Amino acid sequence: MMEIKQKVRQFIESNLIVFEEEVVFADDDHIFQMGFVNSLFAMQLLTYLEQEFEITIGNEDMDIANFSTVNSIVHLIDKHSRVV
Amino acid sequence: MEKNEDKRKEIKCVVWDLDHTIWNGVLLESDEVELKAGIREIIAELDARGILHSIASKNDAETAMDKLRELGIDHYFLYPEINWSAKSLSISCISTNLNIGRDTILFIDDQIFERDEVKSEHPDVTCLDAAEYMSLLDNPRLNPRFITEDSLRRRTMYLEDIKRKKEEDSYKGPKESFLRSLDMKFVISEAREEDLKRAEELTIRTNQLNATGYTYSYEQLDRFRQSSDHLLLVCELTDKYGSYGKIGLALLELKPTHWHLKLLLMSCRVMSRGVGTVILTYIMQQAKNKGKRLQADFKQTDRNKMMYVTYRFANFKEISNDEQGQILFENELDQIQPFPPYLEVKVAVAGRQA
Repeated sequence: MMEIKQKVRQFIESNLIVFEEEVVFADDDHIFQMGFVNSLFAMQLLTYLEQEFEITIGNEDMDIANFSTVNSIVHLIDKHSRVV
Repeated sequence: MEKNEDKRKEIKCVVWDLDHTIWNGVLLESDEVELKAGIREIIAELDARGILHSIASKNDAETAMDKLRELGIDHYFLYPEINWSAKSLSISCISTNLNIGRDTILFIDDQIFERDEVKSEHPDVTCLDAAEYMSLLDNPRLNPRFITEDSLRRRTMYLEDIKRKKEEDSYKGPKESFLRSLDMKFVISEAREEDLKRAEELTIRTNQLNATGYTYSYEQLDRFRQSSDHLLLVCELTDKYGSYGKIGLALLELKPTHWHLKLLLMSCRVMSRGVGTVILTYIMQQAKNKGKRLQADFKQTDRNKMMYVTYRFANFKEISNDEQGQILFENELDQIQPFPPYLEVKVAVAGRQA
């Protein structure tokens, strides 16, 4: 679990265009408020999550509530990984 | 060529073989190759129509580029693939580098083997026997209805993109400081009459970043432009390298209770700059200020997932979906992304009553 969280956070830190330099992402920080979530970042994030964690994210999961914090993303991964 | 040719997509790039196609003879056998009659003029004319050129040739890259320079036509070709790999692979690379669909590529080669190899890997690429090159200028798919300022500058704009990409790849610092260094300006304005040709061209050329796939004619767009219950917006992006041209288009229907976004599209060339989100932010802010609800039509295709994601991440929610891909979105307007800090947004839109 910890490992998933670290991977997700690292991905966000290295790909999100942040509004202020040197930001630190806490697990419950709203990433839409800390950085500029554009189409390319959104696509990169989805592709990363699908490939890295071998899950499929459908239209029904695309709600921003599922992507707004590190914790919510981890929760989404967890939900999908449990389905076999 | 097949009869139904006209119905297929406009060609955005012609990919040329070299030996026995652009010139007579085989370069590695004789340095004395000559351009085929009329080729220079055909290439120049297509270029002026805004159609790009590239190369897929099995040759020695340096020798071939030297020859093209000597012939004075090297500057026409973007991302030339001169190597010994399969031409289907070369075409994949060109399609990726230019970020255009393979169904908008015309491949010209004198050898049936090469055409068949490309065809078998990429059935969506159109192949033409080099013997038929004189027919090119009359091919309807190489005759765009309008030649716009953007089509005239298209090759230059791609060259500017190559420069940007090089600088971006070699830039070591954080992404946002690179973006800031580009000095980007994004101008949103109401479409004027002279923008309509480009607007029609955008609706026809844009696939990946097109929300509805609707294509509108010049005349229809002109009616929307003049109609008091519609707002037709065009976006232009410039940076320190030059102008990306008119790269975005949005059509809003202004109803008493809500605004309805009928069309939103962005040129693929600006994908990495976040401008799709910027125009959505602008529209959302305006709708919110005027106290309107905001709805948007969407047609999901196998090519526009990026656009679907753009809407969803801008907090649009599906309120209906006919399972055929036709979706109606609505946005509560309670969470609006600010404009990105690396981009200056200028708005030139007169106030509307509706």
